[in-house]
This record gives sequence, structure tokens and C-alpha cells, in this order.
Amino acid sequence: MRPKVRIMNLLLQDYLPVVIFIGVSVVIGLALLISPFIVAYSSPDPEKLSAYECGFNAFDDARMTFDVRFYLVSILFIIFDLEVAFLFPWAISFGGLGDLGFWSMMLFLGVLTVGFIYEWRKGALEWD
Amino acid sequence: MSVAAVFFYLFAGVLVASAFMVISSRNPVHSVLFLILCFVNAAGLFILIGVEFLALILVVVYVGAVAVLFLFVVMMLDVDFVELRQGFLQYLPVGALVGVVFLVELILVVSTWATAPAVAQFPKAAAVGGAAISNTKALGLVLYTDYVYFFEASGMVLLVAMIGAIVLTLRHKVNVKRQNVSAQVARTPETAMEVVKVRPGQGI
Amino acid sequence: MSWQDTLIQVLIILGASLALLVALLIFIAFILLADRKIWAAVQMRRGPNVVGPFGLLQSFADLLKFVLKEPIIPAGANKGIFILAPLVSCVLALSAWAAIPLASGWVIADLNIGILYIFAISSLGVYGIIMAGWASNSKYPFLAALRSAAQMVSYEVSIGFVIITVLMCAGSQNLSAIVEAQNGRLGLLNWYFLPLLPMFVIFLVSALAETNRPPFDLVEAESELVAGFMVEYSSTPYLLFMLGEYVAIMTMCALGTILFLGGWLSPLPFAPFTWVPGIVWFVLKLCFMFFLFAMAKAMVPRYRYDQLMRLGWKIFLPISLVAVVVVASVLHFTGTAPQ
Repeated sequence: MRPKVRIMNLLLQDYLPVVIFIGVSVVIGLALLISPFIVAYSSPDPEKLSAYECGFNAFDDARMTFDVRFYLVSILFIIFDLEVAFLFPWAISFGGLGDLGFWSMMLFLGVLTVGFIYEWRKGALEWD
Repeated sequence: MSVAAVFFYLFAGVLVASAFMVISSRNPVHSVLFLILCFVNAAGLFILIGVEFLALILVVVYVGAVAVLFLFVVMMLDVDFVELRQGFLQYLPVGALVGVVFLVELILVVSTWATAPAVAQFPKAAAVGGAAISNTKALGLVLYTDYVYFFEASGMVLLVAMIGAIVLTLRHKVNVKRQNVSAQVARTPETAMEVVKVRPGQGI
Repeated sequence: MSWQDTLIQVLIILGASLALLVALLIFIAFILLADRKIWAAVQMRRGPNVVGPFGLLQSFADLLKFVLKEPIIPAGANKGIFILAPLVSCVLALSAWAAIPLASGWVIADLNIGILYIFAISSLGVYGIIMAGWASNSKYPFLAALRSAAQMVSYEVSIGFVIITVLMCAGSQNLSAIVEAQNGRLGLLNWYFLPLLPMFVIFLVSALAETNRPPFDLVEAESELVAGFMVEYSSTPYLLFMLGEYVAIMTMCALGTILFLGGWLSPLPFAPFTWVPGIVWFVLKLCFMFFLFAMAKAMVPRYRYDQLMRLGWKIFLPISLVAVVVVASVLHFTGTAPQ
């Protein structure tokens, strides 16, 4: 067998079960989701379809603008998520990397700690 | 046709179709959701070529983080999209120009693609799925030593991104009383209260 | 390999997946009851005790009730996404279980990067919530979805760093290998919860926040946001959200068990205890982890939103970041890092 085909087979053996498992859980979820539309007793009423509000109808669309802080949180999250992504390969291989590998990651974390201290001092982590 | 081929055409087909839906659907939120579908299918293609680590990092970073930001932006910015659409023709020439430049660049990059002879040894080590060395480890063994400058440079890019995000978005509200938690916790009965003897009928 | 072999293999996987999912759902039915019973016991009530002996069949009665309720899709809602959201939420939560080893070799897909797979799946959990909040086109779900998204995102970072510390000790991303790395002569003293105790605590609290469990259930703070992002949902779409939530909680319990409590390993590594099958130990540890979750719900008052964000970004994030450096330094300078 050519090596390329063999790799595919190895990976398939790893990931085919995942695909099948997700397929089965989609079937279970769909069955649950659809069943009340078939079996449940229903008595339609226009009032049932209105949005949940206190007594009177909403003045405007529910999708409004809001605090920019939520964006800031998600941008900071992206940055730290990338940091974690860089840490993953390092964490499982750093036993064989020696001093250079160790200190290069320490420098990387140091640079980001500078950023973290900056945002702390700027008050970006405060919620008011 | 092998199972892998079936999955390849499935992922590739859905990828192209959802990429088309990203630019053609009317509702921007639907666009972002199709974009997410795109990312997930691209991750599937990555797995098919044997780079499982990159596939899952694609899911973690792009689907789990970047697309969340996109969703936040399009859901909540409350941009009037009907109005935006009216400016469509106005921006068409500029957009077309950028598109053409980008296309030419892509063609140039792809047509002059060359692989350094030394690189030929790496993928074999990295791509052997279940064999001696895992994908992630193969990456880790070179990323932090052989490519240390690029690695540190990416750290600097992240730092710039962090500072940029704060400079651009952070506005402190005025007239807000903030809680100083450390000051609150550090208070002792001595600093917080005072026992005063009050004689009847005299006040303090 | 001929196509018959492939077919047989696929059928075996199909059967195993179905068996695991059904077992998981039945287990969760009883876990739900246990949650309510523990909560009731702390408040000196009796909890559900009518359906079946000791109320054991309560969750099944609830299921039946949900299925027989009228499903409502609000007029202003974005119908497709509104229906899709609970399905996404539930299926994502369930699919994490494909990579979780219940005992030695008892796993649907023994991925090389199992831990990353679960991390990826749990980072996608936020989509069900955002989609539901947006599609409902109503103010309460929208606000709750926003809050919830920011909350989940904040605590995921600390969970990531905690996972990194464990990976450094184990030297592998395969979940079975992580469990085997905790195997030793000292039994439960070999497990990672002891050397990484602060990490275990951070993991537990972050897991509470990540799954929107009390005391971090601000999303469904009844007094402010009614029931959170699922206000507009009824019938089984609502059930799917609740199911997704509990499955995610069990995933977090399982992850905690595997990373810190030695997975399927016996706590006492000598004769009578090692005869017990690994799955029994795994389920017992799962129940222990869930007991911690349930007690936290019963005993701790709810956090305020700014306190929640402060805890995540200003306390857990720096501590776990420092812990990564400390663990790495200890392993590096003592030369005990796994090769």
C-alpha cells in the first residue's frame, strides 16, 4: 500500500467513529426535537406567539446596540486562546526541547504578561 | 471510491457551497453561521490530509473565538443593512479592483510555489498519524527551537493586538462609582468603625 | 481491507455509539434526580418522591411531559436558527463523549489529541446560546445570551491553562495516556489532584462557570432575566437545552476525573480493589465530582456579574498563568519532564 493511503486509513480509524458518534447524537437530538410537533396536543393562539415582555409590546427591535466591553472581552479571549494554542505542542514536547525551547516559551509568556499588566493597569478588566 | 474520497468530496462540496452562501445570504448573521460551517469543513479537510492538530486548532481558534467576535459584531452593531446595500453600486468599482488585485496575487503565489529541499523530510515525520511520533509533538519539536524567531515574533504580534484592542475600544464611563475590592477586603474593624460614648441628651 | 470488513467495523462503532449515548442519557436522568434530591436535602426538604419508589422515575415523567407539551415558535423569531439552536447545543455537548475513555480501551475514538478535541467542543458550546438569544428576538434572551457568551469565554482561558499544566506532567494529549501516566504504586496519591491541587480547584470553579451552574448561573438569574436565553422556548426544544447543559456538566466531571482523579484507576492499588472493573471506579468518581457541583449549587450564593468577570480575569487567569510557569520550571530544572 502506498504510504499516503495508509495514513488516511489510520486517520479514518481514529476519526470515523467520531463522525458516526456525532451522527447518532444528531439522530437522537432530532427525534427529541421533532416528536412534540407530531404527538403534542396544540391549541394555537396568537398571544402565545408574542415575545416575552412585561404587559405591553416592545417599543423597538430586541436586537439593540450594547456595551463595547463585550467586544473587548472577546478580543482579549482570542489573544489568550492563541496563547493556549501555542502552549499545547510545547507542553507535550518540552521534555525533549532543552534549554532553548524552555526559555523561548518563557520569553513568549513574558511578552504577553507585559500586555496583561498593561490591560490590568488600563482598567480593561474592570466591569462597571 | 474509498471512504476517504467520499468524505473529501463531502467536505469540499459543503465548504464551497457554504462559502458561496457567506457572500450571498441576505442576513449577515446567516453569513457568519455559514462561515462557521466553512471553518468546520475546512477542519475536516485538514484531518483528511493528516494534520489533526492544526484541524482542531482551527476549530478552537477560528470557530471558538474569532467567529464568536464576528457574531457579536454583526448581531449587535445594529447596522442598517438595507442602507448598506444601497451603497453597493457606489463601492463596486473599488471592491472589484481590490478583488482583482487579490486574485492576481493569489495566482502569482500559487504559480511560483516552490518547496525547499530540506522541508521534504519534515512532513513525513509529522504526517504519520498513529505511528511513533504524534502530529503535535512533531510540531512542538521544531516550532520552539528551529523557528524561535518566528515564534517570538508571533508573541509580539499578539502583544500589539492586545494593546491595539484596548486603545481602540476602551472608554471609561464617567460618573461611575467603582468598587475597589482590595481596599474593601483590607478593611478591619479598627478602620471601619468607631465606638463613641454618647451621653443621654447631648448628641455627638 | 474489503468493504465487508469496513461495513462490519462501521456497524460495531454504530452499536457502541448508540449504547454509550443511551447509557449516558439514562445516567443523566438519575443525575438530574440526584441534583434535585441533594438540593432538597440541604434545604431539609424531601425533593421529588412521588413518581416511582423514592421518586426514581421522576426524570422519565418529566421527559414524557416535555414531549407532550405544545412547542411554540414566537412570531418575531428567526425560525430556522430558533429551531437549530437547541439541536446544536445538545449535539455539541453529546459529541464530546466520543473521546472520553470510560475504562482502559473503552472509548469510541481513542484520539491522539483527545484533550484538544474536548477543549474544542466545549469552546463551541457558546454557539447554541448565542443563536438562541439572537433568534428569539426578545430582550431577555438577548441580554442573557450576551452575558453568557462573555462568561463562558472568560473562563475557558483558565481551563485552557489548567489543561496545559496537566499535559506538561503527562506528556501526552491522549486521554487514556493521561490516565495511565497517573498510574503508580501509591494509588490515589499518584493522581494529579495532589501535586496540582490549586489547579484542580481552579478547574472545578471554572467548570461551574463554563457550564453556567450556580453560583455562576447569572444567565438565568430569575430576578433579572427570568430564565435566561431559553425564555422563549417550550416543550422539547427547552428540554434539549437542559439536556445539553447537564451533558456538558457531566463532560466537565469526566474531564476532571480523567485529568486529576486518575480516570478508571483504582484508588488503592492492591488486590481486592484492583479486581473491580475500571468503569465502576470511573462512574464513582464521576458521581463524586457531580456531588461537588450539586453541593456548590445548594450552598453558595449567586455571584454578581462584575464579581464574576473579576474572578475570571483578575484572579484565575494570572494564577493559572503563573502555575504554568511554575510547573514548567519545576519539571525542567529537576529534569523530571516526560520525554
